Amino acid sequence: MEQEGKKRIWSEYQKEIADDHYFYVRSCIRQTFFPGSETTFLKILRDDLSRDVFEDARHTTCTGIGYHTDIVPFETIMTIAARHFALMTEAGYVNFVPSCVTSFGIYTEILDTWKHFPEMEAKARDYLWTATRREFKIPDNLSHTSDIIYRFRNELAELSGHRLVNKNDGKPLKVVEHIGCHYAKMFPKCGVGGAEFPAVLSGMVEAWGGEVIDYPERRHCCGFGFRQYLIKANRGYSLSNSKKKFESMQPYQPDFIVANCPGCAMFLDRWQYTIAEMEGITYDKSGKGIPVLTYEELAGLIMGYDPWVMGMQMHQISVEPLLDKIGIVYNKKDKYLGSKGQYIGVPQPPHFLLQ
Amino acid sequence: MNKTIVIVGGGPAGLEAAAALGSSPHHVLILEKEHNTGGKLKNWHHLFPNFADASEILKSLEKSLPLNNSEIKYDCDVFKMEQMDGNLLVSLKSGEKIKADAVLLATGFDLFDAYKKEEYGHGIYKNVITSSELEGMFVNNSFPDQLKDGLPKKIAMVHCVGSRDKKAGNMHCSKLCCITGVKQAIELRKYLSKSSVYNFYMDLRMYGQHFEELYQEAQEDYGVNFIRGRVSEIAEISDGKLQVKAEDTLSGRPMKMIFDLVVLLIGMTPATSAASIAQSLALPKSGSGFLAPVHQHISANETCIPGLFLAGTCREPLSLQESITDARAAALKIIEWLKLKDNH
Ligand SMILES: Cc1cc2nc3c(=O)[nH]c(=O)nc-3n(C[C@H](O)[C@H](O)[C@H](O)COP(=O)(O)OP(=O)(O)OC[C@H]3O[C@@H](n4cnc5c(N)ncnc54)[C@H](O)[C@@H]3O)c2cc1C
Ligand code: SF4
Repeated sequence: MEQEGKKRIWSEYQKEIADDHYFYVRSCIRQTFFPGSETTFLKILRDDLSRDVFEDARHTTCTGIGYHTDIVPFETIMTIAARHFALMTEAGYVNFVPSCVTSFGIYTEILDTWKHFPEMEAKARDYLWTATRREFKIPDNLSHTSDIIYRFRNELAELSGHRLVNKNDGKPLKVVEHIGCHYAKMFPKCGVGGAEFPAVLSGMVEAWGGEVIDYPERRHCCGFGFRQYLIKANRGYSLSNSKKKFESMQPYQPDFIVANCPGCAMFLDRWQYTIAEMEGITYDKSGKGIPVLTYEELAGLIMGYDPWVMGMQMHQISVEPLLDKIGIVYNKKDKYLGSKGQYIGVPQPPHFLLQ
Repeated sequence: MNKTIVIVGGGPAGLEAAAALGSSPHHVLILEKEHNTGGKLKNWHHLFPNFADASEILKSLEKSLPLNNSEIKYDCDVFKMEQMDGNLLVSLKSGEKIKADAVLLATGFDLFDAYKKEEYGHGIYKNVITSSELEGMFVNNSFPDQLKDGLPKKIAMVHCVGSRDKKAGNMHCSKLCCITGVKQAIELRKYLSKSSVYNFYMDLRMYGQHFEELYQEAQEDYGVNFIRGRVSEIAEISDGKLQVKAEDTLSGRPMKMIFDLVVLLIGMTPATSAASIAQSLALPKSGSGFLAPVHQHISANETCIPGLFLAGTCREPLSLQESITDARAAALKIIEWLKLKDNH
């Protein structure tokens, strides 16, 4: 692999990422899948990096899942996006930061449509005004939350107490980075590093001391794909895509996977359980599976945040082996305690995946 | 009265035009931006369709340059032209200006930069090479060691790289890469006798004399496999081998195969070195960006600028034989035009 060639590509896909004053919009599914990730992002930005991040409780789902399953028409989703831009405008912000890759893809698609078809923008403005009497400005900057963490990766490396290095042998941890399809595959110019060799997560991993694995099915979809998963009869298709990826990455023995899309992180984590239950297969040597992290969790870990406060007990694949490799001290007893110290219950152990 | 004819580009078309103008009383000046003549031909090994030695052909083109009335100036990069009192003023990057009664643009073509097809990983995966680089390996006998270990090798040839591809910005067919792919597949089978070669194509455009025969020969005598399907992506696997994904459109199935080497059959694109010349004269371009003649059918070598002519691949993808024939036709048009100019 020639790094120079990759750098040439990256140099052509350097997007502008705002430095401060973010209008942050949450994902509708991430808080259930990876409940601490969004809070971790806010803490890092506000407390560690002293950045201004604004949230508006009136923000709703972008309806992206409905749109991609052909339930929500384009006119509707475009008006909802317009409403979110209006909330941003009313709050006096210009930098729009969605936490979900699906939403990010929706916003890039809508902004691009408006650029090429101004009559569609006029339509959206008209619908929004009729329905809510609201107006909006187009954001100056649209960045995904992973872009923001990427932007501050070196600052975080300096502030952090941990490196992505195996404390037992001093070697960099081997990391699979998985980029959500809707991050840059539709609009390569909108993603750091483009669509074929994205740098957004690999840039973080390398800045924090890890080694990125370039395995053959790196670019392949995790399999979520909305329709594949949401229509029950298609779920085998979803699963087989993830399986293809696991089989392809297995020979490289990754220490963990990091993803920037809610669906990807969820499915790469949960499908390992499903495959283990169905076929008795795990993709790591120890039989415990390959831990799957969100990039906020990863950033939080190197910054010394408590994994249980970040909600990492909600993962299907236990993260403890990874925490041990990095040398993160955690309290085993606290794993199943809620935010107020209450016992939240231990899940039933799976049949094959070791805990 | 003797006139000055400037030929921009000393590739096959430029050389042949100069030879054809040898019998005229005019002074012929070839301006070549590189240190030597020959254009792309000097990089090729053996030529389709008959495996003629490219260096021999180049020698014979250079030998036929008339000594009495022609001159070659090297390292002369022409970047601008202007019309002046019925003549053309040719500007070089060095600052020199040359007055010409007629100018022939024989600036040739550029090879498509394969790196733009990011999904193929050229410049990133070391065993992904271009057809032009493969020619270089044949010329210099510089095959990578891992291909020469005597073990069976699997090689993929990918057609239409940067041609017939809207996303790559080129809608045109480069016309010669199909036959180049067939020729190189045979050469690889001869050179690495234990190798198996697979050509991934959209459709095979065997338009020229003996092209179809060579395609048959490739299958029957050399066992080259042809798969109708465009390659969607290439990824490196741990030992430097390459995983290629494509769809076999005949069987209607997606396929994934592992190769030791992938050769990208890169297309021909308009020469960037002619862009500023065209701009300075507001010379029209065809839809695919090549220089446009005044009339595609009946005046393929003439332009809308009086005294400015086109020859070879600066106006469209052409084989060597076609470029040479085209250059002769252009030379004839120039002689006719200078005669007319004299009579006015
Ligand atoms: C991979 C590949 C393999 C091929 N193999 C074959 C084959 O086997 N058989 C065959 O028949 N054909 C083959 N061809 C086609 C063949 O290469 C062309 O037909 C031929 O090179 C065209 O000659 P040309 O003079 O028009 O252009 P070129 O060969 O491109 O020459 C143009 C010349 O103009 C010069 N020039 C350009 N701009 C300027 C400027 N501004 N100022 C001064 N000088 C300038 C360049 O330096 C160059 O010397 C192949 C093509 C490719 C891409
Ligand atoms: S000649 Fe063949 S390989 Fe080249 S662009 Fe045309 S169809 Fe594609």
